[in-house]
Amino acid sequence: MNAHAPHTAEQFDDAAQQRDAATLGMWAFLATEVLFFGVLFAAYTVCRVIWPDAFASASRHTDLTLGGLETAILLTSSFTVALAVRDVQLGGRRLATGLLCGTAVLGLVFLAIHGFEYYHDYKAAVIPGIRYEEVGGFAAQERLFFFLYYVTTGFHALHVSVGVVVLLTMALRTHRAAFGPGYHTPLEVSALYWHLVDIVWIFVFPLYYQVGRA
Amino acid sequence: MNFLPEASGFAPRIDGLFYAMLGLSALVVVAVFTTMLVFAIRFRRGRNVDRSGESHRDLGIELTWTLIPFALFVGIFAWSIRLWIDMRTPPGDATTIHVVGKQWMWEFEHLDGQREIDTLHLATGQPVRLVMISQDVIHDVSIPAFRVKQDVLPGRYTQMWFTPTRPGTYNLFCAEYCGTDHSRMGGAVIVQTPQDHARWLASHATGSLAEQGRALFTRYGCAGCHDARSSVHAPRLDGLYGSTVPLADGRQVLADERYLHDSITLPGSEVAAGYAPVMPSYKDRIDEADILALVAYLKVRGTDRETPHASR
Amino acid sequence: MLPAEQAAPSYLTDGNTLRSWLATHDHKRIAILYAVSITFFFFLGGIAAALIRLELATPAGDLMSADTYNKTFTFHGVVMVWFFLIPSIPNTLGNFLLPIMIGARDVAFPRLNLFSWYLYVAGGIFTVACLLLGGVDTGWTFYTPFSTMFSNSNVMLTVVGVFIVGFSSILTGLNFIVTIHTMRTTGMTWFRLPLFVWSMYGVSLVMLLATPVLAMTLALIAAERLLGVGIFDPALGGDPLLFQHFFWFYSHPAVYIMVLPAMGVVSELITAGVRRRIFGYRFMVYSIIGIAVIGFLVWGHHMFVAGQSMYASIVFSILSFIIAVPSAIKVFNWTATLYKGDIAFGAPMIYALGFVGLFMLGGLTGLFLAATALDVNLTDTYFVVAHFHYIMVGGSVMAYLGGIHFWWPKITGRMFSEAWARFAAILMFLGFNLTFFPQFLAGAEGMPRRYHQYPAEYGLLNILSSAGAVLLAASYLLPIGYFLWSLRFGERAGNDPWGAEGLEWTTSSPPPTHNFEAPPVVTEGPYAYTHP
Ligand code: HEA
Ligand code: HEA
Ligand code: HEC
Ligand code: CUA
Ligand SMILES: [Cu+2]
Repeated sequence: MNAHAPHTAEQFDDAAQQRDAATLGMWAFLATEVLFFGVLFAAYTVCRVIWPDAFASASRHTDLTLGGLETAILLTSSFTVALAVRDVQLGGRRLATGLLCGTAVLGLVFLAIHGFEYYHDYKAAVIPGIRYEEVGGFAAQERLFFFLYYVTTGFHALHVSVGVVVLLTMALRTHRAAFGPGYHTPLEVSALYWHLVDIVWIFVFPLYYQVGRA
Repeated sequence: MNFLPEASGFAPRIDGLFYAMLGLSALVVVAVFTTMLVFAIRFRRGRNVDRSGESHRDLGIELTWTLIPFALFVGIFAWSIRLWIDMRTPPGDATTIHVVGKQWMWEFEHLDGQREIDTLHLATGQPVRLVMISQDVIHDVSIPAFRVKQDVLPGRYTQMWFTPTRPGTYNLFCAEYCGTDHSRMGGAVIVQTPQDHARWLASHATGSLAEQGRALFTRYGCAGCHDARSSVHAPRLDGLYGSTVPLADGRQVLADERYLHDSITLPGSEVAAGYAPVMPSYKDRIDEADILALVAYLKVRGTDRETPHASR
Repeated sequence: MLPAEQAAPSYLTDGNTLRSWLATHDHKRIAILYAVSITFFFFLGGIAAALIRLELATPAGDLMSADTYNKTFTFHGVVMVWFFLIPSIPNTLGNFLLPIMIGARDVAFPRLNLFSWYLYVAGGIFTVACLLLGGVDTGWTFYTPFSTMFSNSNVMLTVVGVFIVGFSSILTGLNFIVTIHTMRTTGMTWFRLPLFVWSMYGVSLVMLLATPVLAMTLALIAAERLLGVGIFDPALGGDPLLFQHFFWFYSHPAVYIMVLPAMGVVSELITAGVRRRIFGYRFMVYSIIGIAVIGFLVWGHHMFVAGQSMYASIVFSILSFIIAVPSAIKVFNWTATLYKGDIAFGAPMIYALGFVGLFMLGGLTGLFLAATALDVNLTDTYFVVAHFHYIMVGGSVMAYLGGIHFWWPKITGRMFSEAWARFAAILMFLGFNLTFFPQFLAGAEGMPRRYHQYPAEYGLLNILSSAGAVLLAASYLLPIGYFLWSLRFGERAGNDPWGAEGLEWTTSSPPPTHNFEAPPVVTEGPYAYTHP
């Protein structure tokens, strides 16, 4: 096989090189993610400039309280995952496992609340393509808002779901003592990803929930 | 260009720039190819020539061939931009012709109401402004002999202008891909002398576009609300065109062709201050050609040009 | 993971089962997988091109119906751009050479590399299936609202296919960037990298940052068709120009994805053919980065007559001129490299010089298009078609073929027939010019593109073009013949058959699985030729 250290893949010279590669890789990946969401935000901005009133009135359909709650949950979860990484760096294991599971649970709660919001929208019939019964002068333009709202939050929720799976995997690996102060790159990289999910939400929240209420 | 006539005021100017670019490019190409050829022959393998000396970098040379092309580029750019701005700025005395594009035909409407399909009659020496809109997808009016081209968008007016200079019949193309019969969507532009053109206009006279619009204004029920005697609280439209309209959301807009068009198709988007947004949207009920007639009518309503045969 | 030592071990002998290929993590084998699949797509796209030229041989639309014609050029554009040219050099030559050129054992993420290939193949099969079953008639540009509301063809599934292949691009770019940053061997500093590696770096940046925009935009198109919402449809409150902005925000940088690798290849070919250092190495590097970065700022030059504001057009016009400056630097530096060289005209060198000439013509005609006032007349005519075929076919495809010839001995360990290769290269040059030069004239005379039938006065130019396409097709078939022949009967190549410099020539041909017996150490810059 190879004479490498146990965690180092054969194409790398040493663990430091592998860690650099993994971290840079994640940053590069996050850059592409920013551009993915960037398109949606750009589309949102353009449509909102064309239809300021429709967007303001449609955004009043969103639930500010639940949105605020979701924001708080995600911010907390970013904090807990950071604590988990720190704990592993200091040699901890049980606390870190717990924190990772906690983060994943926060992610799930976020998804649950979101599901609840979607259900409400369904009852209010403002889901384009599925159940949409808005009428009135702005119906078509409000539909643009809801469409973008669903694409953006849906795409974000997809990221959260992936994140939850990743976090649970990391929790399991931490529990099995796969990481320690010397080697924890996958954990760090996963935390980075989770932070991005959080940051994207920090843009989604004011754009979609708060514009109409300013 | 060998079989394409220069039939508009722009054509010689554009060709002038074209040939200047061509000359410059030819110069660069010949210079680079000659240098390559000379080097290739002089330094080909097996030939006994002096190859000594490091010559693989020289800041002076690099800067020279960075800055000289750059300066040339700026020159070309400046030349092209002057022309471009002229091409985008129609003169005040241009006659307006309305154009509606739809899959796969062109409709032209002259101010005096003459309508044509896939053929456009123009007079030499008369600047023309085309105001264009599409009923479905994006099209593009292209008249190569005039060296002009402009996309025609749904839901928004675009314009272009030119002055035909030479009588003749020229190709008219749709130059933006628009589906099955894109390559058949076109016809002819027929440029006549002013006398012939006047005769043509006279023999094809119908009511003027504005008059047709006035009839439509009643037919579509606009008068029911906008007439002075109406009981609905709706704005009077006399002399609206060209004025500044305060909107309910506090903005001010210029009542231009775009505004009039959108007031009919999307009344909810810009609501005049002081009125309830009760006007229905006519988007799917009136086709673009009729909207053009309505707009033409609204442009003269309440002005001294309203009555036909008055000054034009 | 490695089996026991074998006689003359190389990456090619390291396992012979199908599985050893389809599950390989070796960047060199993945490169071969790409090469085979990309060649397949090139011929698919080429067959569509042949049909186009056949139809256009006469002015009347007689060979096929208008709809079929529209589907044919869409097929041609989509396949050639996303399934041939964009992956061509980066994924074959890039995959094979990049790690070797920087002295690494492999790319940073070998499994991801293999996964990219599977994505590419999945996207390819999916798209081609959609394009053949039913077809798509929107053009490769998918302009809205035609593509969202009016086309009755298979748009939705096709954009999903392109979406998938976009991920392959993104992951390849990511892998290369990380590889170049972290895997360079001892002494391989940034300014000792061969220009080919620099061009891979530039191209990876563009892939990474532009492709997501395309992917998301196509996803929006699919969603619009599915749900009947209209971000891009004015009838539903949207803005059709927004789509064009998104599309060209990706697709203009994408044209540099197609030409930067070619420039990298040509720098290697010329220095080897001339046995001399490249002239102005640093300027060559800066111009690669310059092109990659400024390339993001010029997309609006595709929209001069689309209805964007006059001022926006002015800005995009000057930026388009500015981006021509780094290209000019490259052309002049290649020329200057010939000075005092020891120049041999092997097939790779003929391709390289062909590239420089044809790229220059294509680039200069790009300047005509960048001049707003001229573009009004030329846009959407065959002048544009000729412009981009000069760069993409005359430029990039030539460079790709030149690179394949140059590194063929390294990749396979065999020499090909030099006489045939020169003949094919020259035939290609002639056939190419006969095909596409008349299109400049037709375009300047006003012939619109995407026309299934056209006025008779353009007949002569089109006949010439169709005749040229036959020569061109022949010149593409020839290499297949002599390359296959060389695999069996070709002479064995030594480590460095061309007397070229570069780490890839220090290892055996074909290289062993992990590229080098021992990690190489670099002590000087690239192209350290000692001239006689
Ligand atoms: C690999 C692909 C590639 C490359 C590299 C380029 C390079 C360039 N392109 Fe091109 N282009 C395309 C592929 C490419 N293009 C495609 C596919 C389309 C059509 C898409 C579609 O609609 O389907 C297109 C369309 C296109 C348009 C829009 C045309 C239209 O639809 O109206 C424009 C307009 O500005 C343009 C400009 C340029 C410019 C300025 C460059 C520059 O980068 C060129 C720079 C190079 C040089 C200039 C040559 C070397 C320079 C010298 C030797 C300097 C000396 C010169 C002087 C001093 C004068 N291109
Ligand atoms: C990116 C790469 C690329 C490449 C390599 C090519 C290669 C070729 N292209 Fe293409 N082309 C595009 C990209 C490319 N093109 C794009 C993006 C468009 C725009 C599409 C759009 O408008 O949406 C376009 C459009 C386009 C048009 C305009 C269609 C129109 O607007 O109506 C034409 C017309 O001549 C054309 C011709 C050719 C020809 C003759 C070749 C030749 O180089 C191909 C030669 C190869 C072969 C012929 C295959 C090998 C031989 C065989 C398989 C044997 C069988 C062949 C015969 C019997 C002849 N192309
Ligand atoms: C049901 C009544 C009603 C009908 C029918 C109606 N309108 Fe209106 N219209 C209004 C009202 C109310 C407003 C002012 C509020 C607004 O701007 O939407 C208005 C505004 C306008 C304006 C903008 C005027 C301004 O001062 O800004 C135009 C132009 C106009 N209508 C044209 C038409 C035309 C043309 C038709 C027929 C095709 C028509 N209207 C039919 C009620 C009506
Ligand atoms: Cu209408 Cu093309
Ligand atoms: Cu471009």
